Amino acid sequence: MLNVCDAYITFNPGTPLAVPALRGVDLDIEEGEFVTIIGTNGAGKSTLLSAVAGDVRLDRGGIYIDGHDVTSFPTEQRAAMIGRVFQEPRLGTCSSLTVEENLALAMSRGGRRSMRSALGRGRERRKLAEQVSRLGMGLEGRLGSLAGTLSGGQRQALSLLMATLLPMKILILDEHTAALDPGAAATVLDLSAEIAGEQKLTTLMVTHSMRNSLDYGTRTIMMNAGRVLLDIHGEERKGYDVPDLLDLFKESTGSAVEDDQLVLA
Amino acid sequence: MSALAISGAIEAGLLFSLVALGVYLSFRVLNFPDLTVDGSFPLGAAAAAVAIVNGVDPFLATALATFAGASAGFVSGFLNVRFRILNLLAGILTMVALYSINLRVMGRPNISLYGEATIFTPFEKWFDFGIWTTSIVLFVIALGMKVLVDWFLGTQVGLALRASGENPVMARAQSVSNDRMTLIGMTLSNALVGLAGALFAQSQGMADVSIGIGTIVTGLAALIIGETLLGSTKVVLATLGCLIGAVLYRFFIAAALSVGFLGIQAQDLNLVTAVVVAIAVVLSQARRNSRFKLWPKLRRALLTVQPQKG
Repeated sequence: MLNVCDAYITFNPGTPLAVPALRGVDLDIEEGEFVTIIGTNGAGKSTLLSAVAGDVRLDRGGIYIDGHDVTSFPTEQRAAMIGRVFQEPRLGTCSSLTVEENLALAMSRGGRRSMRSALGRGRERRKLAEQVSRLGMGLEGRLGSLAGTLSGGQRQALSLLMATLLPMKILILDEHTAALDPGAAATVLDLSAEIAGEQKLTTLMVTHSMRNSLDYGTRTIMMNAGRVLLDIHGEERKGYDVPDLLDLFKESTGSAVEDDQLVLA
Repeated sequence: MSALAISGAIEAGLLFSLVALGVYLSFRVLNFPDLTVDGSFPLGAAAAAVAIVNGVDPFLATALATFAGASAGFVSGFLNVRFRILNLLAGILTMVALYSINLRVMGRPNISLYGEATIFTPFEKWFDFGIWTTSIVLFVIALGMKVLVDWFLGTQVGLALRASGENPVMARAQSVSNDRMTLIGMTLSNALVGLAGALFAQSQGMADVSIGIGTIVTGLAALIIGETLLGSTKVVLATLGCLIGAVLYRFFIAAALSVGFLGIQAQDLNLVTAVVVAIAVVLSQARRNSRFKLWPKLRRALLTVQPQKG
């Protein structure tokens, strides 16, 4: 389904500020897998997601979706196959467009945009309104409100709906609950898992919380210094708890996890 | 103020409302500070004037001028997206190049349209409101363009354009090509400005290479006055603001000139425009900036719509 082959990325190559972000990542992800990705700051989690989405080009290696080589595709071309929710609520939605207009924009993702009215006819609009009310975030009465007036949780839920509105192949969640308060974070996280499960989406989710990385999804990947350190799934994964992850990290790197946020969350 | 001065102010205001609509598309919707306008406005005037004195039908001449303006906008957009030239510089380069091109198009610094048929001629035969005829025709055109811009920004392409200007990261994730949107927006914006130039030449009876100076600032002044009066959150209101702002602005200028306010004369127009725009920008920033304690009541009233917490 999604294959990342021998991916290398270095930021600012050839300068004293050169940062190797990915150092040979190999990943084969099956259709319908929900992969949670965890690691310390600078481990390469977000870079990996950006590389899959197309924001960052690989220095070496390749990315394949359903066997098609998409390594050289720009972001907007991959967007037909990939839905994304960003960490920052403001990034995933357009503040000056209404809730309904944001959704209309997502409805035409991947297709050829025409000179037809974006909001569509009554039937299409009612269908959208139905989808919004399923979120249970109190957005159904606010279709005409500007997205900029929504709360962070509402914006992330809207962003999630926009990402999954059309049939697509891969859902990318880049720490999409990190900027929310604990209550809203839990709601959005549950909503993500529900939608991904319902539509059998292949999902990549970066999280800072070891707890969440084991509680959600079907497979957990731990990254460190631009490489995949640990990759657990199936029956094996069920026996794991947070202390096991910490021990494994110490075992493979020779140092304890120092990122407080990672341990406590 | 004489009736002639008033009708002249309204005519100029309606002409510049087309510029304001163009500036709205580039500066606000696309977030592209486009200075091409100072060149595409006289380009539209030059193209229309040359075509008309050479016997081209005035309507076709106006269409040609609109197309010429659109091409100028495309060039600025292309310099920006293809060669990654800073948007401000891309517009300046096209503007400077257009000064020479406009001289080439006309073959001399100015062309008179005295005695030539213009697009206003047939209307003068159909109905006769004396000095107001031109204003009425211009009003219909300006209103038509406003409705056209409203409609366009509500289409799938228009929505993609708005998203691209405000949030390019999100637009890309929704499969919008920001480069293509820049080209489309810049082309449409300068098409409107070219049209304004063509109508200017025909209503004033002449085209001159120097009429472009300060076009952008006048367009911005109209846009900002409109935004101050009607707000900028809704497209239909923002475009209506362009019309009202431009007419009001020219009206105030005409009033100031006629009563000899502060001894202002016609040659001071660009200075006055620049000062007005500077003050308007400072005031609109002060409104957003909490350090300014300007009109606290008004500020609170304006800032009541705040994102909720949670």
